[in-house]
Amino acid sequence: MLAELVDNDFPGLRGITYLDSGASAWTAAPVVEAVAGYYRDYSANVHRGIYAASERATEEFEKAREKIARFIGAPDPACCIFTAGTTDSINTVAYTWGEQNLQQGDKIVITVMEHHANLIPWQQLALRKGVEILWLEVLADGTLDLEQYQKHLAQEPKLVCLTWVSNVFGTINPVKEMTAQAHQAGALVMLDGAQAVPHLPCDVVELDCDFLAFSAHKMLGPSGIGLLWGRRELLEAMPPFRYGGSMILSVKRDRCTFAELPNKFEGGTPHIAGAIGFGAAVDYLDHYGMERVRQHEKELLRRAFKQLGALEGMKLFGPCDPERQSGVLSFDFRGIHPHDMATLLEREKVCVRAGHHCCQPLMREFGMSGTTRASFYIYNDGKDIDKLESGLLKAAEVFANVL
Amino acid sequence: MSYKAQENSLLDDDLYREIILEHYARPAHRKKLDDPTHREEGLNPSCGDEVEIELKVKDGVIEDVGFQGHGCSISLASASMLTTLLHGKSLDDAQSLCGGFKEWMLDRSRSEATVDLEDLEALEGVRRYPVRIKCALLPWNTFLGALQQGES
Repeated sequence: MLAELVDNDFPGLRGITYLDSGASAWTAAPVVEAVAGYYRDYSANVHRGIYAASERATEEFEKAREKIARFIGAPDPACCIFTAGTTDSINTVAYTWGEQNLQQGDKIVITVMEHHANLIPWQQLALRKGVEILWLEVLADGTLDLEQYQKHLAQEPKLVCLTWVSNVFGTINPVKEMTAQAHQAGALVMLDGAQAVPHLPCDVVELDCDFLAFSAHKMLGPSGIGLLWGRRELLEAMPPFRYGGSMILSVKRDRCTFAELPNKFEGGTPHIAGAIGFGAAVDYLDHYGMERVRQHEKELLRRAFKQLGALEGMKLFGPCDPERQSGVLSFDFRGIHPHDMATLLEREKVCVRAGHHCCQPLMREFGMSGTTRASFYIYNDGKDIDKLESGLLKAAEVFANVL
Repeated sequence: MSYKAQENSLLDDDLYREIILEHYARPAHRKKLDDPTHREEGLNPSCGDEVEIELKVKDGVIEDVGFQGHGCSISLASASMLTTLLHGKSLDDAQSLCGGFKEWMLDRSRSEATVDLEDLEALEGVRRYPVRIKCALLPWNTFLGALQQGES
């Protein structure tokens, strides 16, 4: 099983059952080594120095960009912009493409299952500029109301803000079809790939993406670094976001010219170690292949649905279908509040997440203040599901006479 | 299949003490007041615990107090304990109890509170779970907020 193969690369996970990769994946040992190696052996700035360490830093930094481009099927690495993460990527699009192209009276579609990262930047822009938000509702099984989507598209929105995989329900949205339909209606798609790119094969050309955002820390990489991929013609037409050094060509006192892609959007010294670590994370996942990663999660989900679904008083949220769900599982067990559940599971060294998962509108729509969420990744196996089950039953004992 | 709580594990539980579970299962004063003089809503944004506190104050005494809301066992048990403790107390006494509780919760070097917290002493275990301290404090901060707002 995949989990056995990777066991040595995650020494910190020994003795704990880590089911919170949806929040952050554990960092793989080769990534740690790549980051440490940069700081230890060639800790220089990129794009500037003429000495060996700087050249090496630049080379590794740009190699990482190329690796990530190949990983997502992007033909042109210059369209892969390093950012501080998914939230930063989406803010970049909102403040540049958004400000430039969305005017008063325009419409945009946002799904009710969006993580705040792909919601707040657009909500605030809509408030600033008088843009109307068309909310795409979520059905009881955690999937999107695709009939309503057609109705929204008929209103000719300019943009669709869409998450590929829900971080609450694990729902894999049919993004290829939804993107095609958006394009037919004249809309672009801001695709939040934070929960998808680490878990599913990705090809931006096949999906016909406009913008894709994702983060390294959810895919075994370091925190503080992510990616924005955009179609070249879109990125070229956008003004810069973060002004300063590296993103300019020629600077006079009263004006300047801006650099080409990708530098136009990479003002200032980047998170060099982060980018190098990001590249190492991609190497690691490529070694096993994303088809295999996906298969592994489907098997875990199948087992979780069967084993946990059989427990009395268990309510599993989401599609509960391994074909339509990524390795994220929110549940309610015997009415135990997520906070209490997470605390009691922690005693058994089982790590889950409790709360609204940065999806407050979704929670409100479902009449909940939060869920308990377990999420799987390559280092999890069937034993982890056993530990989760036994932890759930122990938690139930504490609340047996109460709920 | 039902799972009965084992006596030993409950008695040994430093966080989920019996008295806390009692207050959670059968909370005191979980109600809306008819004519509250003070009212405030409190929220823990990171976890979603929500509590509303209402007071009926007459001549400087808390004649009646009620709470509503939804949240984890610690936040709701704490709200229930708060209403039990503060019911019938003068505003001055109530504020001093509130201060004493907060101080005790937030300062682990203090083994005992400076005031008589009655059932709230059972929340002692929460001090060892820093993330849950704000659950225990939510109703209290909401109560203080209601006082600050003044009579309405």
